[in-house]
Amino acid sequence: MPSYVLTRLIAVVPVLFGLSIIVFLVMTLIPGDAATAILGSYATPENVERINRDLGLDKPLVQQYVIWMGNVLQGDFGRSFALNRPVLDEVLERFQATLVLAGVSLVLCSLIGLLAGVISAVRQFGWADRIITFFVLAGISMPSFWLGLLLIYLFAVHWRILPASGMYAVYGGGDLKDLLLHLVLPATTLAVVAAGVIARLTRGAMLEVLRQDYVRTARAKGLPERRVIYAHAFRAALVSVIPAIGIQAGFVLGGAVYVETVFQWPGIGAMLAKAISTRDILLVQGGVLVVAASYVLFNLLADVVQSMLDPRIRT
Amino acid sequence: MKRLIRSAMVLAALAFAGTAGAQTPPDVLVVGQIAEPQSLDPHTVTATNDFRILVNVYDGLVRFKDGTLEVEPALAESWEISEDGKTYTFKLRQGVKFHDGSDFNAEAVKFNFDRMLKKDHPFYGTGPFPLSFNFSSVDSVNVLDEHTVEFKLSEAFAPFLSNLAYPTGLIVSPAAVSEHGKEYGRSPSGTGAFKFVEWLSNQRVVVERNPDYWDGAAKLQAVVFRPITDANTRVAEMMAGGIDVMVEVPPDNLATFRQDANFAVAEQAGPHVWFAILNTKEGPFADKRVRQAANYAVNKETLANDVLQGTATVAAGPIPPAFNWVESSVKPYAYDPEQAKSLLAEAGVENPQVTFYVTEGGSGMLDPITMGAAIQADLQAVGFNVKIETYEWNTFLGRVNPGLQGKADMAEMAWMTNDPDTVPYLTLRTDAMPDKGGFNSGYYSNPKLDELLEKARKSTDQAERGKLYGEVQSIVHDDAPWLFVANWKQNAVTTAAVKGFELQPSFLLNLHGVTKE
Repeated sequence: MPSYVLTRLIAVVPVLFGLSIIVFLVMTLIPGDAATAILGSYATPENVERINRDLGLDKPLVQQYVIWMGNVLQGDFGRSFALNRPVLDEVLERFQATLVLAGVSLVLCSLIGLLAGVISAVRQFGWADRIITFFVLAGISMPSFWLGLLLIYLFAVHWRILPASGMYAVYGGGDLKDLLLHLVLPATTLAVVAAGVIARLTRGAMLEVLRQDYVRTARAKGLPERRVIYAHAFRAALVSVIPAIGIQAGFVLGGAVYVETVFQWPGIGAMLAKAISTRDILLVQGGVLVVAASYVLFNLLADVVQSMLDPRIRT
Repeated sequence: MKRLIRSAMVLAALAFAGTAGAQTPPDVLVVGQIAEPQSLDPHTVTATNDFRILVNVYDGLVRFKDGTLEVEPALAESWEISEDGKTYTFKLRQGVKFHDGSDFNAEAVKFNFDRMLKKDHPFYGTGPFPLSFNFSSVDSVNVLDEHTVEFKLSEAFAPFLSNLAYPTGLIVSPAAVSEHGKEYGRSPSGTGAFKFVEWLSNQRVVVERNPDYWDGAAKLQAVVFRPITDANTRVAEMMAGGIDVMVEVPPDNLATFRQDANFAVAEQAGPHVWFAILNTKEGPFADKRVRQAANYAVNKETLANDVLQGTATVAAGPIPPAFNWVESSVKPYAYDPEQAKSLLAEAGVENPQVTFYVTEGGSGMLDPITMGAAIQADLQAVGFNVKIETYEWNTFLGRVNPGLQGKADMAEMAWMTNDPDTVPYLTLRTDAMPDKGGFNSGYYSNPKLDELLEKARKSTDQAERGKLYGEVQSIVHDDAPWLFVANWKQNAVTTAAVKGFELQPSFLLNLHGVTKE
């Protein structure tokens, strides 16, 4: 087991390396550069040249990349042009906020998705199944930025029971309760689509498992239905759902770009969106690497959990 | 399971009980901004969004007088300009201290400008300083005594004073720059009415009252600047009571706020101009009559009132009316499709083909896609055949700034400025062609205008300058190198509890006199 995890972790390194080259190339290929973004309508060739020189962007591409890579290997991710501060400080600070949001909504969507899926499967074609299926499909089809605005309008503007945006109250606040209140709307918005996907997958997996011989055996030997479903069938179904939750983790991290922008959540998604529009290459690099690394880790975690549940995969 | 759900619901109910709607604290003003600032070092930033914070933390040697674009004393009590307009001597206010406790004096002034302008200055590396070219005419800054400082310019340059009043001229604490180096932008120290307290990434910048402010302490205890990037969310926060002031309200929402007695709407025309550059070098717009035809063909009133919903007024020429000291009686081109058609017939082109560059959005660009489509429709109605090409802002600038030749016949553009000199000087002079490093992307050239502009920037007499710029306005209006469209009115919404809130024509946000009941 530990050697498996170790192999997987080592495999992350070439992935991140390749990714950094792609991000670097894409950022230099798209039109416009950091100097134009900084100067806006004052971007005369002369001013652009001056700013590029001051930022070290006048060097050849390969040289820029090698310098950056060399610094990264020493733990220096460079400075953000647009924010004028070290990339690492900004990325780590923002990533914490994203982790809180994505983590909570991942737990939320897993709980809701699994529960809804199980109920759906057990009551196949019953009214509960129909209602759940309706909400699941609606949830999957709704664009998250639109749902977010709708929730803001209802809960913050109309009923005034939840804050509209941000992570903490602007003055005072800052405790756990404050954070939870600010989390409700964005976490729900982010969880809705993923919960739908998980619910559909759980339903399918459960239906398959419920038709297996050992479930019939369990019922035949007189176990209570509740125990048959949750202890026997659900556990087996979970094995095929867990990897999907791993993939949803990636989705939740990616979807954070919209949700963080709508709710002004100070996370890495909103940061990346802005970094790209200001052509802030180093900040984009740092952000993408952290998101990619955590995506890989989430999937690794899902695989580990899966192998613990399923003795056949255990090596 | 049931018990778990029940306890979760109780918990949630308890949590909700604590918040009877969002309320901002008394005596603390919460301002909803459109983005997070780049930096709180005034010399390194270019965005109005950042300036709104900076002018409350720092002072310049001079500032814009309340409600005008005229310059008045601030950290300098008085000044003298030499006969040839090349030497400015400032008497500095005494006893002023930076927020970090260090003294404001002539050495500090010299430090500020040397840092921006001298490559060998020990703190030049704390840049880059994108707008330092505002002071490129400064040869040297000399300390005459503790409270007297002298600027030597390489040539007479009348916009110098208003450039000093612009945020690039705000004075930072040399001690704080020395202490924090490249991190100074996150630990700023000025002499302004508010002191910096904290900056949480993408959450808030907090400043609090400076009790020792030389111009009298501010009335507010503190101000919180919150970035809310999404305009819809910003409006929702305003309606939910999460912020007290909201800047740059989308035109669509302005009417709602106007009708609600809980809110007050503030508006102020500023030194902004929105136009379309016309390619005077080649294609149909090389003919002045076709350019004038375009100006007559477009219904600017409709654009300003319907598309922009009254958040702009119709522009007559390159100089915005916010410069009220410019003597000009030029009226905007009337909406007259018949006149446009007959001008086209006269020029011998009934159906000119034109390519029109439109951007998706950018600094000061208002609603460029809708505006572009409306302009296209009006031009088509008199016989033009307009093909629109749309580009993302940075890409757009990359195509427009090097000049339109061989690519397009017209392109949207907008400028904000602090002196009537800036825009015509950078965009309409013969010596400002793109290959000479200027922004004359439409290749307009008129020797008479070049001469007027040079003369106006050398004159140190404001009345004389006002007359000269009036002439500039009427020449450019008649030559029509642009399709003149709109001057933006900046807007903001406050809750009814906020008093003394005013927008400035400079687009800066001075919160010194604001109170909250």
